[in-house]
Amino acid sequence: MQTDFLNEARRQAEICNACRYCEGYCSVFPALHAERAFSDGDLTQLANLCHNCRGCYYACQYTAPHEFDLNLPQALANVRQESWEDLAFPRAAGKAFQKNGVMIAGAAVIGFALLFLAARSLTPASGEGFYAVLSHNAMVAIFLPAFLFPLLSIGISLRRYWQSVGAQPLKLAHLMQAFRQAANMKNLKGGHGDGCNFEDEDRFTHARRAAHQAVMYGFLLCFASTSVATLMHYLLGMSAPYGLLSLPKLLGLSGGLLLVAGCAEMIRLKLKSDRKLGASKAFGGEIAFIGLLGFVGLSGLVLYGLGQTAMMPGLLALHLGSVLAFFLLTPFTKMAHGFYRLAALAADAQR
Amino acid sequence: MTRPVNTPDIVVIGGGNAALCAAITAAEAGARVLILEGAPKAYRGGNSRHTRNFRCMHHGPLGPLVESYTEEEYLADLMKVTAGKTDEDLARLAIRTSEECLPWMEAHGVRFQPSLSGTLSLARTNAFFLGGGKSLVNAYYRTAESLGVQVEYEAAVTHLELTEDRIDFLDYTQGGESHRVAPKSVVVASGGFQADVDWLARAWGPAAKNFLIRGTPYNRGVVLADLLEQGIEQVGDPTQCHAVAIDGRAPKFDGGIVTRLDCVPFSIVVNKDGQRFYDEGEDVWPKRYAIWGRLVAAQPDQVGYVIIDAKSLNLFMPSVFPPIKADTLEELAEKMGLPADALVKTVSEFNAACGDTSKFHPTELDGVSTQGLSPPKTNWARPIVEPPFYGYSLRTGVTFTYLGLKVDDRAQCSIGNRPVSNLWAAGETMAGSILGQGYLAGFGMTIGTVFGRIAGREAAAHAN
Repeated sequence: MQTDFLNEARRQAEICNACRYCEGYCSVFPALHAERAFSDGDLTQLANLCHNCRGCYYACQYTAPHEFDLNLPQALANVRQESWEDLAFPRAAGKAFQKNGVMIAGAAVIGFALLFLAARSLTPASGEGFYAVLSHNAMVAIFLPAFLFPLLSIGISLRRYWQSVGAQPLKLAHLMQAFRQAANMKNLKGGHGDGCNFEDEDRFTHARRAAHQAVMYGFLLCFASTSVATLMHYLLGMSAPYGLLSLPKLLGLSGGLLLVAGCAEMIRLKLKSDRKLGASKAFGGEIAFIGLLGFVGLSGLVLYGLGQTAMMPGLLALHLGSVLAFFLLTPFTKMAHGFYRLAALAADAQR
Repeated sequence: MTRPVNTPDIVVIGGGNAALCAAITAAEAGARVLILEGAPKAYRGGNSRHTRNFRCMHHGPLGPLVESYTEEEYLADLMKVTAGKTDEDLARLAIRTSEECLPWMEAHGVRFQPSLSGTLSLARTNAFFLGGGKSLVNAYYRTAESLGVQVEYEAAVTHLELTEDRIDFLDYTQGGESHRVAPKSVVVASGGFQADVDWLARAWGPAAKNFLIRGTPYNRGVVLADLLEQGIEQVGDPTQCHAVAIDGRAPKFDGGIVTRLDCVPFSIVVNKDGQRFYDEGEDVWPKRYAIWGRLVAAQPDQVGYVIIDAKSLNLFMPSVFPPIKADTLEELAEKMGLPADALVKTVSEFNAACGDTSKFHPTELDGVSTQGLSPPKTNWARPIVEPPFYGYSLRTGVTFTYLGLKVDDRAQCSIGNRPVSNLWAAGETMAGSILGQGYLAGFGMTIGTVFGRIAGREAAAHAN
């Protein structure tokens, strides 16, 4: 980890600890105020607890031009960003993608190309719907490893995280509390329930919280759709395509719409926000990741709409290509934050 | 007489809590209001930026406040710190009105939270702003702007033209250009003069040059001086300021809350000659930090040095600057620029005078005192023997000045024995009308809110 980022976060945390005015905003401050000195692990934990709601920045009497030059959202964002890169498995992949929008876009293009190639070279002799383009077995052969590898990678990273912040053995109650806080995004409510500061300086709104939850629940609905379809395929012997009122379609459609709307709103908000309060040089990587995630949703919806037309094979390759890139990049892009955030909230529940 | 269309009905001079309360109240009464804030936007809000709570009377739980805090108890608390140097009528007005202020503050964007860690003793009497004073200021600016209040930053008011009993116009500069505006009403809410160190030195003596100013560098008292020179009634001891002991390494201005040092009761404090000069354990720190500002001001070079040992390091809130640390007292003396022999002798004498420390209790007056030492240390007296040793320097930090504009119960200023028909004052600039000496935590915001709203209401009534 870059000691510059850690030292800057430590300097700022010590000033915050002597002030404490921001105690009510989020989970970071009670955790911070419980310490007198800050180890690298403490700072990593605080950084991953921070949701970048920016309430503390706009409330701070010590921001530039004051000589104390506090900008805790950015200081913690930098440590957080670095921690994701450092804890990634393999580490080089974290370094390559986290802050690099071009690399993420490049990975998506390679995903498209692979799927076009697969669709062209692995065309099955028979099959219905999408399976006429790529057989079910071929899809499984591609996506099962692409799903398991990120899980393994994130598992290793979280283990490293847990050790580095010095957390205790995990109990179910800690995890439940973490899920509860994530489920309603308590830390973007701002303590008073008015929301966070993001797109319009010190104005509190729920815009970012709403966008985040649209993305999160949209993604989870899409994921549930795929999971349900997998179960239906293997357990019930019901294979795709499914009708409009089937569970996979209902989940997938609603999830896709939420995901696309959430990503679009999140990009809009990010473009209006003050980049100096986020991690240095991470803006491109973040926007590219949201773009990729939004594209996964959008291409899925378009595929649904135009699935009966001649455009289907091409659309299918685009959609599956983006899904492939998204899955494989999960441990190395902003997507990883969800896992670290849950870990941080669970570790905080032990305090 | 015709007025240019863009002339505001009311000009509010200043941009802190009192100014904003006045502006919001006047705008809600239908007046066109212009705020002239001397600071740039990043530093707007005067000393309100550094505040954190509002002392509030209440009957039963109110917002974040628990139990009750009656007018009589509040007044008694105030009388204790001001030693009776208080205008009781105005004080009662402020106290009584504070109760209705809290919901008003919430309705205008201020958010409260339970008492901050380390301040639980205030949970009944003081409502803490979520995010501190700057978040309050931000919320009020949002509210004011939504009401159509015009705000000009870096607008330095240089003169108010008084003709007989009214302000005819006022001049201000902004961006190197001079402007003149002739509103119907004027509210002065531009604080004291403590940031003008030359003025402080004239009032207090040359020692004041070594004082640190805890708050905004923009409270230079320009408008106050201008009005007093024209004969507007003044109030408050012109030579006095409220001063506390803070970390000597604090910036000259604007260090705020983080520069406070709470370790004096667990220490000995010496001057630059290595000599103790006062009972460090006289009372709990919240009741003593203010007198230490004066004690340090009376020492050579207006500086003190706090010495503690390892066992006391975690007994107080962490301060913004780490302590100077050394394995021996000699080394500590050298690092702090103190005469080593004198410091070692002082510590040895102190240690020898310490007795039974088994009753030591860091948060109560424990009576663990020295015997036969002068000056004594009457509580928390434990020998300083456990290395490493730690030191902090102490300097005098000025919070506010007492000299101000005398107002009546309608926040109106006067000249001779008659009111100035269109001039009101609110906040620190008139707080001397109520606080003759001392200070009660959170009372500055009470005065600012109560009299800001009164001034806004009266100024609007006059303008309409």
